[in-house]
Amino acid sequence: MREIIITELTQALQELARGFAHYLPRLVVMLIIAFIGWMIAYLLKVLVRSVLRLTRFSKLSENSGATQLLNQAALPSSTELLSRFVFWVAWVGFILLGVNVLGIVGLQEYISRFFLFLPRLFVALVILLFGLVAANFFSRAALLAAVNANFRSSRLLSISLRIIISIFALSMAFEVLGVAEETMLLAFGTAFGAVMLGLAIAFGIGGKDLAREFLEKRLVTRKTEEKEDELSPL
Amino acid sequence: MAEETLLTDDFLRQLINVGEVDILVGLPTHNNAKTIGPIIQAVQAGILKCFPRERAVIINADGGSQDGTPDLVTGTSIDDVRRVPNAHALRTLHSISTRYARTPEPGTALRTIFAAADLLRAKACVVVSPDSTTIEPDWLQRLVTPVYTDTFDLVSPIYRRQKFEGVLMRNLLYPMTRAIYGYRIREPYASEFAISGRLATDFLTQEIWNDDRGRTGAEICLTITAITGKYRVCQSFLGTKTPPHRGASDLVAAMRRTVGALFSSLDSNFPLWSTIAESQPVTTLGAQSEVMAEPVRVNRKQLREMFAAGVAQLGPVFQSILSASTLSELQRIATLEISEFSYPANVWAKTVFEFAASYHRSVMNRDHIVQALVPLYRGRTLSFLLENRDVSGEDIETNVESLCNEFERLKPYLLEVWADRK
Repeated sequence: MREIIITELTQALQELARGFAHYLPRLVVMLIIAFIGWMIAYLLKVLVRSVLRLTRFSKLSENSGATQLLNQAALPSSTELLSRFVFWVAWVGFILLGVNVLGIVGLQEYISRFFLFLPRLFVALVILLFGLVAANFFSRAALLAAVNANFRSSRLLSISLRIIISIFALSMAFEVLGVAEETMLLAFGTAFGAVMLGLAIAFGIGGKDLAREFLEKRLVTRKTEEKEDELSPL
Repeated sequence: MAEETLLTDDFLRQLINVGEVDILVGLPTHNNAKTIGPIIQAVQAGILKCFPRERAVIINADGGSQDGTPDLVTGTSIDDVRRVPNAHALRTLHSISTRYARTPEPGTALRTIFAAADLLRAKACVVVSPDSTTIEPDWLQRLVTPVYTDTFDLVSPIYRRQKFEGVLMRNLLYPMTRAIYGYRIREPYASEFAISGRLATDFLTQEIWNDDRGRTGAEICLTITAITGKYRVCQSFLGTKTPPHRGASDLVAAMRRTVGALFSSLDSNFPLWSTIAESQPVTTLGAQSEVMAEPVRVNRKQLREMFAAGVAQLGPVFQSILSASTLSELQRIATLEISEFSYPANVWAKTVFEFAASYHRSVMNRDHIVQALVPLYRGRTLSFLLENRDVSGEDIETNVESLCNEFERLKPYLLEVWADRK
């Protein structure tokens, strides 16, 4: 009895050792791939950071208002964020390659899915970035135009425009990712409709005096308005 | 050359028929049928009276008028003018009209006129505004003679103005141009001026034609080109200037083509202006300036409201442009009632310089920076009106001079914020 137990235990240990010996080289290979991947990812990060600095990406980011958004969210600068993103995508890619070497059944499919997902993730991020940039640009343009035209609800107009464009960009990004596609489209439609309805109600009921004042200014009391601008700047 | 693509075949043919000229008078127009007739007659009378022996041509660069302006220019009879005593021409006076575009672009109109002057080898090129209803035949002589006889390259105008006209000129364009470039030119953005043939030719080769400055801010760029190119510059007193009526929306457009172009010029000319420490007077023919104290209706309450609303609503925009101290000062001023309202010269100069530095650093879209200055300019306008409400023309001049000195005194501050060391 005792001998049987010892034999079974020995066999189990031997199988474990064989299995370990079988996987050890693969594990080492995986670790080597992960380490080399880390180095390549790090180099890529440094390279991307240098290129972005050379091309004054931070200035572009500042102009578009992206820097302001990142600051508000207590995130690092756009250059740092983008270079970190490249680092992590590259390193995770290498780690997954290494894991692939282990030959774990079923995992390979997920890994190939991940690599197929990457381009879509990139496109979605680009759409989101451009969407936020456009939202910032157009909302500021609307704010300035409204303030200079003496429109009283300038900020409301600007914020509404920013929200609509941001939601639109977000829904497009989610559509590209294929995540909660229908929900996002529905949410966008609902949000857009709600904003429009809100504006209609605000103008129709809440802002009727403002609308009347606006129309009167435009159509009825034009002569009075002209008198106010009698000064010529040049 | 640029002229080859700029000038139409028909226009070129007409110019070739004219041949070389001594004086070219340019008229950029767009729907000016109401005012153009008397202006053409004044120009014709000026040429017949003062330059009867010179070869002269009137060039109308039209931006797609729908009211028959070009026909009025070419069709205005010279016979009425000939009846004026001492007005007789020894040569044919040509009038040519060309449509440079379907929509008006002041810069392209000027470029067309300068290209024609270059092609016809004009010794003097005069540009007259189609809105100058107070023009007199003598204006031609006062503009042309310094170029034609005294070899000046740019003759900038000086007008007799109503005391609250030209507020942007007095409060920003003149003080800033003077502080930056060191020349005391009263009208850096001139609607009437004369230039020599060589300045016209040089100006045509400038970089500005490749960007927005060439389309909208060519007038102020011309003055800056003359200054930076060390051309001989003078000023000539013309007479009373009655500006055309402009609506509120035109203020933004005016800021774009003047302040925007001035800010934009600072980038390329930094090595030159950063070393200029003080301004120098410019040769002036006639009066230095004259001010008329006619009553003017201005809605001061609305000016104050628009300034206060601008400061309140554009807070996030100003945070990117202005320093914390200037912004807090503006927020304080925005709380003042009309009776105590004052936007002091030093705060105004600092505001403008910080805007110029932000424009240089492109902290946001450059057009947005210029637009953001509009509500603050309204505040300064109100302050200017209140300060000068009951004072004489001489006192206004003293106040403008004091503002200019403030701009000059704070120029080191501009250099500081320009280098982002604030």
